[in-house]
Amino acid sequence: MIRNHIKSDFPIFSYWESRGKPLVYLDSAATTQKPLRVISKVEEYYSQFNANVHRGTYELSQIATDIYEEARSKVARFINGLQPESVIFTRNATESLNLVAYAWGLNNLKEGDEVILSEMEHHSNLVPWHIIARHTGAVLKFIRMNHDYQLDLDSLRQILTAKTKAVSVVHVSNVLGTINPVKEITAIAHDAGAISIVDGAQSAPHIPVDVQDIGCDFYAFSGHKMCGPTGIGGLYGKYDLLEKMEPFLGGGEMINEVFPTTSNYAKPPYKFEAGTPNISGAIGLQAAIEYIEDLGLKNIEEHEVALGDYAAQRLAEVEGIRIFRPHATGTGVISFTIDNVHPHDISTILDAEGIAIRAGHHCAQPLMRKLQVQSTARASFYLYNDRSDVETLARALEKAVAIFSPRKKANVLK
Amino acid sequence: MSLNDLFTEIILDHYQHPHNHGLISSPSHFSRGFNESCGDDIQISLLVEKDIIVDVKFSGAGCSISQASASIMTDIVRGKSVDQIKTLAGKFYDMVKGNEANPDEDLGDAVALQGVAKFPVRVKCATLAWHTLEEALKQQK
Repeated sequence: MIRNHIKSDFPIFSYWESRGKPLVYLDSAATTQKPLRVISKVEEYYSQFNANVHRGTYELSQIATDIYEEARSKVARFINGLQPESVIFTRNATESLNLVAYAWGLNNLKEGDEVILSEMEHHSNLVPWHIIARHTGAVLKFIRMNHDYQLDLDSLRQILTAKTKAVSVVHVSNVLGTINPVKEITAIAHDAGAISIVDGAQSAPHIPVDVQDIGCDFYAFSGHKMCGPTGIGGLYGKYDLLEKMEPFLGGGEMINEVFPTTSNYAKPPYKFEAGTPNISGAIGLQAAIEYIEDLGLKNIEEHEVALGDYAAQRLAEVEGIRIFRPHATGTGVISFTIDNVHPHDISTILDAEGIAIRAGHHCAQPLMRKLQVQSTARASFYLYNDRSDVETLARALEKAVAIFSPRKKANVLK
Repeated sequence: MSLNDLFTEIILDHYQHPHNHGLISSPSHFSRGFNESCGDDIQISLLVEKDIIVDVKFSGAGCSISQASASIMTDIVRGKSVDQIKTLAGKFYDMVKGNEANPDEDLGDAVALQGVAKFPVRVKCATLAWHTLEEALKQQK
């Protein structure tokens, strides 16, 4: 159970309430709101401990370094990574996936090698591979999605060959909310001699994640989708793989020795953290992890699944609605369309009621084509949402239907 | 902001019953425009003779504002010269961005889109058809 009045932990809700425009925030799959605890921690860092890390020869810098590294340890424990050095701080899951594609892909893929993705990937797990495939001549293949919006693992087994070098899939779909069986997918990939990469942008915030149990070689996530600041994310990688990889970006902090024409590199994770890192972001992320751990990831998951189930049931009453959500493993993400009301118009009508949702292709254009829609509207719930938010949403959707139904319009708009 | 200012009868009517919808079979000019963030997609085909738009059609998919704006635009640009269209487009952009409170009567039904100025996130929906038209006029097909 998530405790009552949880919204009071998040200053943004009282701010909009006080302005007479209560915020019904249903776009947490895009980014989550931040609890005061996280905001205060970032402020505390800048007010008390700000200095550059890993190079200072004075006490303040040592303090900054210690708390930055403590944040790394926290992240490692959060996803049950073997060691803190397996965690690289990045800007977000997108950068983490690019890091793998470039630093691993460019040097491990050759012409004709295969990388397997899925039909429900976010652009962040597609476009980097498009770029790397163009550079290396590697071929991209796709795990199919079935009619219940779940990945068809038989199709994975069918397309795997001796040339498959990597299988990179999304853990939880940002459009459908499907939880993919990444442990099984990893096992299948490993049996074929391929590495396994998991895009955890929508799993780390919402369900307990154990990278050792999954067995994946890489796991990418974003801090801002789990109550943390924007601009901080992470990549977990198996340490022996990280050691063998070339760097991603070059510069300060990532080197061992530099000569005019050559250089050699620091050990992971520092090899992959060129330049001054997002120190305050890492500290804010630690505070965010502590916050959601205090609530309990299992509780958060149960809360969201229950809310998602309730929303799917309540929204089904809206005339002309079509909901894209698996029956088997639905979460707190509900994508939908309404006959004759475009998602962008839905979003505007909801906005006028103080409801924030996303409308568009959700950075998943291939999935939109597969679903045979141009775009969808998406409500995504998090730990601070409750049934009253669902009810407000449902009523506003009924209003949207009425506005676009000419015979009823006169009664709706005054 | 009132939804009444945005979803006017004229907008809903053009959205639900678009004018000049389709593609000209042998256009002299053509362009396709997208709003990347929301997926609006508009194709404009034109038949221009002696600098005058003698036929114009649009097709595509998108929100009410983008589609209604395209439908209205096809009505008002037919018979106009290329130069007149440039001037009209400028007036239209000024109106939907809120820079011009008293829109020119040459804009005809497009004045129904004046309310877009109160919804900044919808401006690019309203302007997509016009930008695509201007792009088409630059490209000899």
